[in-house]
Amino acid sequence: MPDKTEDIELTLLLEAIYRKYHYDFRDYAMASIKRRLKQACAYFECETYSQLQDLILHDESVFPRMLSYLTVQVSEMFRDPSYFLALREKVLPHLHTYPSLKVWIAGCSTGEELYSLAILFREEGLEDRTMFYATDINTEALKKAEAGVFAMDRIPLFTENHRKSGGKTSLSDYYTAAYGAAVFDKTLRQKTVFSDHSLVSDAVFAEMHFISCRNVLIYFSRELQNRAFHLFTESLAHRGFLGLGSKENINFSKYRDAFQDFSRVDRIYQKV
Amino acid sequence: MPVIVVVHLPRDKESVLSEIFSPKCKLPVVEVQDKEPIMNGTIYIAPPDYHVLIEKNRFFSLSSEEPVIFSRPSIDVLFETAADAYGSALMGIVLSGASPDGAAGLKEIADAGGLAIVQDPATAAASVMPEAALLSCPTAQIMDLRRLSDYLKSFSETRVCA
Ligand SMILES: C[S@@+](CC[C@H](N)C(=O)[O-])C[C@H]1O[C@@H](n2cnc3c(N)ncnc32)[C@H](O)[C@@H]1O
Repeated sequence: MPDKTEDIELTLLLEAIYRKYHYDFRDYAMASIKRRLKQACAYFECETYSQLQDLILHDESVFPRMLSYLTVQVSEMFRDPSYFLALREKVLPHLHTYPSLKVWIAGCSTGEELYSLAILFREEGLEDRTMFYATDINTEALKKAEAGVFAMDRIPLFTENHRKSGGKTSLSDYYTAAYGAAVFDKTLRQKTVFSDHSLVSDAVFAEMHFISCRNVLIYFSRELQNRAFHLFTESLAHRGFLGLGSKENINFSKYRDAFQDFSRVDRIYQKV
Repeated sequence: MPVIVVVHLPRDKESVLSEIFSPKCKLPVVEVQDKEPIMNGTIYIAPPDYHVLIEKNRFFSLSSEEPVIFSRPSIDVLFETAADAYGSALMGIVLSGASPDGAAGLKEIADAGGLAIVQDPATAAASVMPEAALLSCPTAQIMDLRRLSDYLKSFSETRVCA
């Protein structure tokens, strides 16, 4: 069957974005990219991907807005509380045996996962020896992560999740309410390095003891997932931990054998 | 043929649907996994709190994009991506339900040459969903559950049904 015109346009659009802005979405899982680019077409009032391509190539100011369609910024604090409970009960006791720790939150989005981990590490007495690296390709999201301000109406869910994750303190200890927003304590991020880093095109930057990469790989093709798993394998210290999203797994990857299941239901793996 | 099922449930419900359906079905019933190849003769259930999308090379992708019409998983997201991947080799069925999710997607299935079927709203426990589907896709065939089940049994091996 010949390619649909729309699919030809889609390939060309992603190629144009790559050449002009060096963001490489060419190997992402296309069904989702397509849905979101249709929304972008509607927003920018373009009939076709070709019109959108024309706009993106000739008006650089629209690209940041485009990036918010190309990446999915859905997150929450202590998302899937059982994951954080498993970290607390099973992984952190291992991490206690190291004098210093490096933790990488890959695809940190607007920071919810980072603050969750910072609180968890503080509660478990590991914060002082830990450096956090929070990375993403969406620089707008990174700025928000660095600010650590979340809408007040999201706090009841975060609080409930924190409690279910075995939280030893009250979430309200970590933020102050101001103008309908919860402003998180800046000491939570004093040991965090925020940086623009892509799992698709960038390299190893430090040796990690724990990598948490959740709900990022589902947007990748299998080949790209393999690239990311390769990066994680290279980045992790011997017997380091890798945590994925609740519906992600490495079973279909060629790096399966580099890891053993550590807590299978919670998608936590250990490098062998 | 593969069968892919979306049921709306509260997000914090554990995914027990495959366990409920398994003993009642001759075909294997499994929950969709990300980047899993789609196999004939298997019934796939959408996991709670994730959209299920069909890739052109016949893989599943999951996504935690925003809910669509308050639903994640969304029937529209499944139908639209399935219509794009399978074209006319696809059957879409909308059953009882209390939201208009699925209506837009069913139209896309019909527009791509696939077969659209809607449960007779008069026989549905909740008629909002089949009524919305018929409004958006008036060419859909209307069946009650008995006829639908006979119809599906008579079906060839090659089709995909969502
Ligand atoms: C759905 S959010 C996940 C947020 C958080 N990890 C969680 O689970 O709640 C996905 C994030 O992955 C980022 N992302 C997409 N492609 C990426 C890439 N190639 N490298 C790094 N991050 C990427 C997006 O910008 C987005 O912030």
